Amino acid sequence: MSSREEITAGLAEILEEVAGVSPADVAEEKSFTEDLDVDSLSMVEVVVAAEEKFGVKIPDDQVQNLKTVGDAVTYISTNA
Amino acid sequence: MTRPDVVVTGLGATTPLGGDVVSTWDAMLAGRSGVSPLTADWAKELPVRIAAQLMVDPSEVIDRVRLRRLDRSEAVAIIAAQQAWADAGFSTVEGVPDGVDAERLAVSIGSGIGGAQTLLAQDDILEASGARRVSPHTVPMLMPNGPAAFVGLELGAKAGVHCVASACATGAEAIALGLDIIRSGRADVVVAGGTEAVIHQLPIAGFASMRAMSTRNDDPERASRPWDKARDGFVLGEGSAVIVLERADHAAARGARVYARLAGAGITSDGYDIVQPDPQGAGFVRAIGKALADADLTGADIAHVNAHATSTPVGDMAEIIGLRQAIGDHPVLTATKSMTGHLLGAAGALESIATILAIRDDVVPPTINLDDPEDGLLDVAVHKPRPLEIRAALNNSFGFGGHNVALVFTKP
Repeated sequence: MSSREEITAGLAEILEEVAGVSPADVAEEKSFTEDLDVDSLSMVEVVVAAEEKFGVKIPDDQVQNLKTVGDAVTYISTNA
Repeated sequence: MTRPDVVVTGLGATTPLGGDVVSTWDAMLAGRSGVSPLTADWAKELPVRIAAQLMVDPSEVIDRVRLRRLDRSEAVAIIAAQQAWADAGFSTVEGVPDGVDAERLAVSIGSGIGGAQTLLAQDDILEASGARRVSPHTVPMLMPNGPAAFVGLELGAKAGVHCVASACATGAEAIALGLDIIRSGRADVVVAGGTEAVIHQLPIAGFASMRAMSTRNDDPERASRPWDKARDGFVLGEGSAVIVLERADHAAARGARVYARLAGAGITSDGYDIVQPDPQGAGFVRAIGKALADADLTGADIAHVNAHATSTPVGDMAEIIGLRQAIGDHPVLTATKSMTGHLLGAAGALESIATILAIRDDVVPPTINLDDPEDGLLDVAVHKPRPLEIRAALNNSFGFGGHNVALVFTKP
């Protein structure tokens, strides 16, 4: 089981690869769309990459609840 | 109402000869070949293992994150369009064009094949890893209108973005459409051209199966040899070429530099066969006739022709027969595909740029590799550029499907 910090770091790697987000900007309180400029198509890529990286299923109806990096960390740590 | 004059105020290109227009034109005048061996593993078993690959890879110009959301054909179109836009003295700030009303700016950029590399790469992912792994960017990357649409977004064009598809006549037909758009009053400025990036095993295998491509794998720089007796097919090239067309009074009002005038265009279809050209050349003779009439010129006025001449055994000489009939024996010809290879949907646009610069500089760029010319050939600038006063010149493009497009450019 990964710690919240480890999951955040993993998400930061994905966000940099997929959307060019600087890892320094990634923190739990940041919103994917508002703060990190991740558009809807890139969010799909982030979700698929996160599923692969953390061995978790993130159904489409859950994705809309993942507003912030912290939401995603909580979902992944609870469901992985 | 009198018909407005349309002029060319900007040029942009990324080609097998250079990453911009200046380097490409310099390489043409120096008679350099852009053809080289294909070194990728996938090429090892192909009958054709040569191509005219880009001199400057798009990754050197566009950042990594943006590039992964673009098909290669879209990336090169954006690069060529940005160059042409800046060359014309325009800029776009935060999506709003400066120097032209956004609602009077259109785009006409086509591709012969479209986002085939994306389609094939994503199919590999689908087969290997399943549907969920297919990129959400797949559709905008492979749709044929993608290059025009991305360029429209980049420049802030709101008078329509258009995608012409007429195989190897695409680039020329996209320019002809731009002329129509301005003449009909739908826009003041049209960014027009073509793009192609299909150096991949499937398109190569397809063209090779048609026996359309050169297999001179051991001598790539001599493989593209239009009108030479030893020619054995075309060499596939990749890249994009884009020009800025502008209503002449709009260009004059902002003090723009004018390269040339696009005086006329002629478009016909053979109605003969899906791939074979009409052996009498009737379709393109008609296209040339229409272009000359549209330009209010006669064949005698045309000093230079940038021919379609792809280096295929049949097509090259059929064009000569047609040119004799449509124009006469006097023009000085060139086949710049001898250097650039065949950029398919971008070819007509790249050759328009060569024609425009030939008019500007009063010089015919050379046809290389024409060591043993066919009997009955017209006057060709062989091996070296030929100084020539050029008041008016013609660019021919033909495509699978029986498409014929002739463009007439003149000094401004």
